[in-house]
Amino acid sequence: MIFVLFGVTVLIFSMIHLVPGDPAFLMLGERATNQQAAALRHQLGLDQPLLLQYWHFIFGIFHGNFGNSLLYKQPVNGLVFRRLPVSLFLAAYAMALSAIITLPVGLWAATHKNKLSDHLIRAGFLFALTTPSFWLGILLILLFSLRLHLFPAAGYGITLSDHFKSLFLPALTLSLQLSAVLIRNLRSGIINTLDIDFVRTARAKGLRYRTILITHVLRNALISTVSIFGLQFSDVIGGVVIIETVFAVPGMGQLLYTSITARDYPVVQGITVVTAALVIVVNLLVDLSYSFLDPRVTYE
Amino acid sequence: MSETVPTSQLSAVAPAARPVRSVWFLRRLNIRGTLLVGLTLLAIILLVALFAPFLAPYDPIQQDLSAAFMKPLSAGHVLGTDNYGRDELSRIIFSSRLDLQIGFISVLFPFIAGSVLGVTAGYLGGKVDNVIMRIVDVLIAFPFLVLVIALMTLLGPGLRNLYIAVGIFGWITYCRLVRGETLIARNLEYIQAARTIGCTNRRVIFTHLLPNVIAPSLVYVFTGIVQAILTGAALSFLGLGAQPPTPEWGAMIAEGRLFLLQAWWMPTLPGVAIAITGIAFSLIGDGLAERRG
Repeated sequence: MIFVLFGVTVLIFSMIHLVPGDPAFLMLGERATNQQAAALRHQLGLDQPLLLQYWHFIFGIFHGNFGNSLLYKQPVNGLVFRRLPVSLFLAAYAMALSAIITLPVGLWAATHKNKLSDHLIRAGFLFALTTPSFWLGILLILLFSLRLHLFPAAGYGITLSDHFKSLFLPALTLSLQLSAVLIRNLRSGIINTLDIDFVRTARAKGLRYRTILITHVLRNALISTVSIFGLQFSDVIGGVVIIETVFAVPGMGQLLYTSITARDYPVVQGITVVTAALVIVVNLLVDLSYSFLDPRVTYE
Repeated sequence: MSETVPTSQLSAVAPAARPVRSVWFLRRLNIRGTLLVGLTLLAIILLVALFAPFLAPYDPIQQDLSAAFMKPLSAGHVLGTDNYGRDELSRIIFSSRLDLQIGFISVLFPFIAGSVLGVTAGYLGGKVDNVIMRIVDVLIAFPFLVLVIALMTLLGPGLRNLYIAVGIFGWITYCRLVRGETLIARNLEYIQAARTIGCTNRRVIFTHLLPNVIAPSLVYVFTGIVQAILTGAALSFLGLGAQPPTPEWGAMIAEGRLFLLQAWWMPTLPGVAIAITGIAFSLIGDGLAERRG
């Protein structure tokens, strides 16, 4: 854990140094003068010894200081942390929707194995997994916003209910791809669990099929699905970046998009640090949740 | 002696030595179900990409502003035209070349590097394993797309840099798959036999272990290609991948998004092409995985 955090900072720090060419010219463009480049190098601290630079970088991270944006001329941490709640809201919303979709659909597919509905569900998630999320988002805008006028095509809104309504389509887009993976896993988990002896015992003692399915089979099958669910957080964050651009959601993704276009590397770097930190924390929580889900797992 | 052990392992997979007619050979491969559908789809896509100049009715880059925003099924333009009056069908056909290229090239280096690192880490264990796996741990802590975007912001947009960025970070899955398989295989008798007769580590790894542990990684290549195409499309969508006026499906969707109200077909149709290509590779991957059981 400590090592991973250390490695993450080293990787992010060294990226700017490993890229061929002068980073100052990369950010300013070819037409920049030598004075401008020298000024930027000084601003970014690139004219200092490498170890000192790394020290400043680490020191900055622990103080929530990622330097100044080249485009906005503001501290990066303010820019990022102002948008972070929006992105986290979207990520959580998407994961909640995918859980809501996965449970019934996964159960249905597993209990109707090789029936027409099962094949349709499998075809559905194959489609969701092989199409770009931003394209699915555009299709949803075309259908639900422009044709049916059910949901707004863009924005974030002001009140909480606005947020839920505005972010429904982006969250749904992300959740379709997430639940495709989850349904696939839950389906095979349930099918495999149904073959285990304790299910036969439960049946023999006369339990109703539904009781067996929900309290015995689902609980066992869910263990691996939940661990995948947690690990998907990393994909969700990646997906949020793209989807926010499509739906004009004022989150980190949109900030990243403008920063890419402006070659505002301090902001890109800040976002990379924050997303990596989030993923590390969530993965730790996922690891800890195993013992809660599966009493057989203990932590010494 | 050293040769007999791996050969007997492989003989179940390798075709018989006696001359067989080509049709027989295909029948012996026993391609059915998902695999057959996937391979057929892929063959069609490859043919389209190969014969793009003959199949495409128009030049994909040639602008004709008098014919802009023509709807699908218009005279002369089956899939309509875009804001510059370029034929959508021709652009989609020509894009297949670029997107397949993105899929194949982005997977090549990660597959080779990841497999070699995985088998080395798994076989040698100890410090080598520790170092490689710690690097994997660090790279896993990042959302893949964010990391690729960060590197590409520094490298600058363009396909060459896309391959570099995806290549540097894409090998992890292959490495883990092969390492896992190696941890099992290293204790099997044929490996111990190879070591007993004094094979060098390099010989054990490359001639004995690698052919036997590569299968899961090879199956994953097809998932990897789908992901590479999707990543390439996403980066083009963000303006980091293929640059205009080059026809690329992701870039076409990005351009079309600006004309969502006037021309629904502009962002929609290239996505269908991505979906078909992705489904072809996924079906092949699933089919191969089913065969391995």
